Amino acid sequence: MSLDRRQFLGLGAAAAGVALAPGLHLIDLVQARSPEDKVNALTRWGLLIDTVKCADCEACVTACHEENGVTGHNRPATDAQWIRKVGLRDKRTGHVQTLPLMCQHCESPPCVDVCPTGASFKRADGIVLVDKHICIGCRYCMMACPYKARSFIHEAVTDQKPDVPRGKGTVESCTLCVHRVDRGQIPACVEACTKDGGQAMVFGDLNDRDSEIHKRLRSEPSSQIRPDLALNTGVRYQGL
Amino acid sequence: MALIHYREIDGRSRGFYALLALLGALVLAGAAAAWYMEHNGHWVTGMSNQIIWGTPHVFAVFLIVAASGALNVASIASVFGRGLYKPLARLSGLLALALLAGGLAVLVLDLGRPERLIEAMSYYNFKSIFAWNIILYTGFFAVVAVYLWMMFERRMNDFTKPAGLAAFLWRLTLTTGTGSIFGFLVARDAYDSALYAPMFIIMSFSFGLAIFVLVLMAACHWTGRVLGDVLLARLKNLLGVFVAAVLYFVLVYHLTNLYITRHHDVERFILLDGGIYTGLFWFGQILIGGILPLALLYHPTLGKSRRAIALAALAVIAGGLAQIYVIIIGGQAFPMPLFPDKEVTSSFFDGVVATYAPSLPEVVLGVGGVALALALTTFALKVLPFLPTSLADADVDPHHST
Repeated sequence: MSLDRRQFLGLGAAAAGVALAPGLHLIDLVQARSPEDKVNALTRWGLLIDTVKCADCEACVTACHEENGVTGHNRPATDAQWIRKVGLRDKRTGHVQTLPLMCQHCESPPCVDVCPTGASFKRADGIVLVDKHICIGCRYCMMACPYKARSFIHEAVTDQKPDVPRGKGTVESCTLCVHRVDRGQIPACVEACTKDGGQAMVFGDLNDRDSEIHKRLRSEPSSQIRPDLALNTGVRYQGL
Repeated sequence: MALIHYREIDGRSRGFYALLALLGALVLAGAAAAWYMEHNGHWVTGMSNQIIWGTPHVFAVFLIVAASGALNVASIASVFGRGLYKPLARLSGLLALALLAGGLAVLVLDLGRPERLIEAMSYYNFKSIFAWNIILYTGFFAVVAVYLWMMFERRMNDFTKPAGLAAFLWRLTLTTGTGSIFGFLVARDAYDSALYAPMFIIMSFSFGLAIFVLVLMAACHWTGRVLGDVLLARLKNLLGVFVAAVLYFVLVYHLTNLYITRHHDVERFILLDGGIYTGLFWFGQILIGGILPLALLYHPTLGKSRRAIALAALAVIAGGLAQIYVIIIGGQAFPMPLFPDKEVTSSFFDGVVATYAPSLPEVVLGVGGVALALALTTFALKVLPFLPTSLADADVDPHHST
């Protein structure tokens, strides 16, 4: 078999393409946040919520439950809520506020402390999660959470999202949209608030001095809910 | 002291089989209730995302607390050397095991995923008091089983005291663990108090002894064995002391909370305007579970009546269930203090008192646990010599003269 120069160059280019393409694809993967090498304690994901800007809307709630496939059965007492809008009225002055409340992704999470099986855990980057495969449904974490952030799945769930496993008899809560964060995206609630709400939510790395959230927390006053518990929450509020 | 003779109960009478059949039916009903709740999910119960632990937990915690308390009679004999109680030690150990088995069955069957219990048995988060309790509960079975063996096996009798001491220390630790389930909860106003550990220990003394007295009276009565006045008087006086001690701890707990301004709201809820929980506290826990048994047990004439003693023990049990209901359900019903000085509203029941009504399957599961404990006890009395042939005054008290 003999090759002329044109055929040789053509085959050579094809071979080079076959050899290089996976490599180029790998570069993409490395740049994405893959769970293996991107989750580390140098990062601490967090949220900053400006209650002054928080509009009287439910954009964050709708987006969260849509993104994570959290649907109800019209039974408010037992339906899951990963994020909720809370209305506040000062008992003395009558001042009215509204704000979104979800898992506060504590540095020292009481839910993780009390979980007997280790199903409740905190990732190195500060995101507090439930491993649905080893949760035995004892609900001690729900007793322990000071923010009422967790829901027990009281009945069978259908139409789950591939990224968000859920199951009857286990406990769940806000994951900070960990599946989106690992792809380099921001949580659904923040995206919705920015687009359709009051631009009240900022997501970012609390440890990164160049991030917007770090700059804001450095230069403006902020607070945590139940600071008396000293849990060092990843979710911070302004205007409380 | 005269040598104690133990013998199995005959267990051939119609009454014996009727009792076992009744208890068996209740156990089966409890199992069916558990299956119904697991199959449909917990939405068919009264529990919700607000009241996370419901009636099954009330029964389970009551039985577990009572289990460790039931062992006290044996401890008094082995650890504190009171010979009078020695004939009762075997029954005491048996009841402790049976009550714990009943309580754990209820607790496990109320899990969201009971089939995953292996997860809890194969990995331990040692910062979780639940994980510690799994070790304490399973260890309790082993420790008490060894203790019973030392009591049963004549060659091993010499080791009864160290085994009894180990069991006594284990049971104190166990109840500390059970109380600390609530004591270690920082989130809720009604919990988060170190007092829960000693309070649960003294509650276990009281509930466990009340159950022990009733089972002993019933077993002796139905098998025609003599239960002397000396022993019964000792037991009922002890029960009175325990009931008073529970009242003391409840008083200290509430006084402490009343002194702390930020706990005023939760105290007002339990003591004053908490509806069913206030009612259960004052009428169930304090009146029926505390004052009534004290009056019955220490009344100069009533205190000698066996019916009055039995009624007092029943009242202690009813009051104890009310007390645990107020602690578990009442403690959750009061809203969590997320934002002090603010009125809080949301679609997730923030800022409002949570509603809860026990559903039938929950109650049936709880009663099934009680039935399981009693069925195990009844059966064990037939197959092994737990009960002395006589507890007559002359047989148990060497100084007794008739």
